Amino acid sequence: MGIKSLIAATATVAVLALGGTQPANAAGEAVALPKQDWSFNGIFGTVDRAAAQRGLQVYREVCATCHSLDYIAFRNLTDLGYSEDEVKAIAAEYEVQDGPNDEGEMFTRPGTPADRFPAPFPNEKAARASNGGAYPPDLSLIVDARAGFEDYVYGVLIGYEEAPAGVTMMAGMNYNKYFPGHQIAMAQPLYEDGVTYADGTKASIDQMAKDVTTFLAWAAEPNMETRKRTGIAVILFLIVLSGLFYASKRKIWADVH
Amino acid sequence: MSTANFSNPVVRWIDHRLPIFSFLHHEAHEYPTPKNLSYWWNFGSLAGIMLVIMLVTGITLAMHYTPHVDYAFDSVERIMRDVNSGWLIRYIHMNGASFFFIAVYIHIFRGLYYGSYKAPRELLWMLGVVIMLLMMATAFMGYVLPWGQMSFWGATVITNLFSAIPVVGDSIVTWLWGGFSVDNPTLNRFFALHYLLPFVIFAVVVLHIVALHRFGSNNPLGIDVKGPQDTIPFHPYYTIKDMFGLAVFLIPFCGFVFFAPNFLGHPDNYIPANPLVTPAYIVPEWYFLPFYAILRAVPDKLLGVLAMFGAIAVLFILPWLDRSPVRSGKFRPVFKIFFWLLFLDCILLTWLGGKPAEGVYVIAARFATAYYFFYFLIALPLLSIFETPKPLPKSISESVLGGAGGPAAAPAAAKEKA
Repeated sequence: MGIKSLIAATATVAVLALGGTQPANAAGEAVALPKQDWSFNGIFGTVDRAAAQRGLQVYREVCATCHSLDYIAFRNLTDLGYSEDEVKAIAAEYEVQDGPNDEGEMFTRPGTPADRFPAPFPNEKAARASNGGAYPPDLSLIVDARAGFEDYVYGVLIGYEEAPAGVTMMAGMNYNKYFPGHQIAMAQPLYEDGVTYADGTKASIDQMAKDVTTFLAWAAEPNMETRKRTGIAVILFLIVLSGLFYASKRKIWADVH
Repeated sequence: MSTANFSNPVVRWIDHRLPIFSFLHHEAHEYPTPKNLSYWWNFGSLAGIMLVIMLVTGITLAMHYTPHVDYAFDSVERIMRDVNSGWLIRYIHMNGASFFFIAVYIHIFRGLYYGSYKAPRELLWMLGVVIMLLMMATAFMGYVLPWGQMSFWGATVITNLFSAIPVVGDSIVTWLWGGFSVDNPTLNRFFALHYLLPFVIFAVVVLHIVALHRFGSNNPLGIDVKGPQDTIPFHPYYTIKDMFGLAVFLIPFCGFVFFAPNFLGHPDNYIPANPLVTPAYIVPEWYFLPFYAILRAVPDKLLGVLAMFGAIAVLFILPWLDRSPVRSGKFRPVFKIFFWLLFLDCILLTWLGGKPAEGVYVIAARFATAYYFFYFLIALPLLSIFETPKPLPKSISESVLGGAGGPAAAPAAAKEKA
């Protein structure tokens, strides 16, 4: 019994089993998403810091009007290449609710690196009331929580267009070619030069969409780079270990065969 | 039991009063094992190691997890983001469940092919089926704990299956839920049971090993060990072989953990559970898909549930369905064909379980379900009567030395009485 056939069999079982789950992931109609060459793709992928910093700016100036980012604290931003002082400065731009104080009153104070991004609405009801009944989802995990992942998020951001003839839009809905069902409550969020990038990059819709998607991909899994780096070391170690065990096995079994 | 000569006086002192070292020496060192086991025999120990990995990571996760509908999802994200190496522990646990099932499923198919369920190993086999059932219950409840959309809706769909039971079905479902829908009491009890059941599995694994060591491992030839010339001590021969197998098995496992940790999961489970929004498709984890396909292949709900549980129940009586005295599929030319068809059938069912239950998929699932039961209930009993097995080698050592299947080999049925 060859090792190769064993490995092949294991892989086959895994792959075939997976084949079953894949199509079911694509909820709604299957629209081919525009696949992008993300900096964080592949086993050596890393987050493009400059893109993520620009993406943070897009989040703060555009998305944050309606979308929360509950799982990200300001201190996490050091991952994106900000110094601690820069993080303190960003945090201090926000007013954060704290309390109750000794008088039992809630109060606001400037944010600190330990605080999380304040949500734009106090609760879901308030969010729906301000958004025509729709609830803008939290963006911390949006990249992991949608079939198609980063390509889907990017796709929705650039997917706005005129509804094709014959499509009746529901009240308050917008046509988006990559959104399942094509009718999305979110109005087109990105327009040419919607933000002014500090690094002079031209803020095209495509550029902003890519930048904010990079930022959100980081936000969904801040440990992604550590994971991949560790993984490479672990796999190399296991390959060497397998070789050593195989040599030992051959030696020990030499007198049996 | 032979007593080993331990050189360490402390070990000798303890062993005289509590013969734990003699026991280990007997069962894990000198334990005579057929010398011709192939790499397919690695998956038992791999499954055992996966169980330990799941226990260690699971207990660690439980230290940081909060079983409450308002905090469960957040606590999992806290593990992912703020607990030191929490992401690693959770990804090992998530993907470990899949690789535990991969190891166990290969282990089961190995048993099916080489007739490891036949006398005198019927109880060994049945204990294995009990382990698989417990694993399924544990995995199902574990998937509920992160309290994402698939957690919630998977729990709703699967617990609702019990409502198919006539008369008392609805009461049973209410009792399982601890309320009138999947809610906080459900999450709490699932967490309690998810923590408990692995230890029950561990206990049944011990029984499984006790039963195994009664007659020793079956082997690729399926013939009994005739004497010491057919066996080698477990240590170092099979310990090193198992270590090598483990290192190789960990490579694809770590490949998933580090490079595609969410590939086996479902993106919807990163959306917090919402009882008011139903996902477009509710899909169980991949290792349940064959059973899910069987469930949905039957148009009647109660019969579907019965078919699904029957697919496992039939394994319990398998030793009495296959009456052929020859264990190994190697010497059963017709059985071999049916076996490989069953293997493909299970792959097909897995694939169909992930497809929507409509149109051609349902038709295909019905044929695949029919073949699954046909194999166990009709093909195996008939093969036991009508199949002429190939001649069996006289002994393992003869075969290992290259004398297999020679003219001296006796007719199988006469030689190998079950």
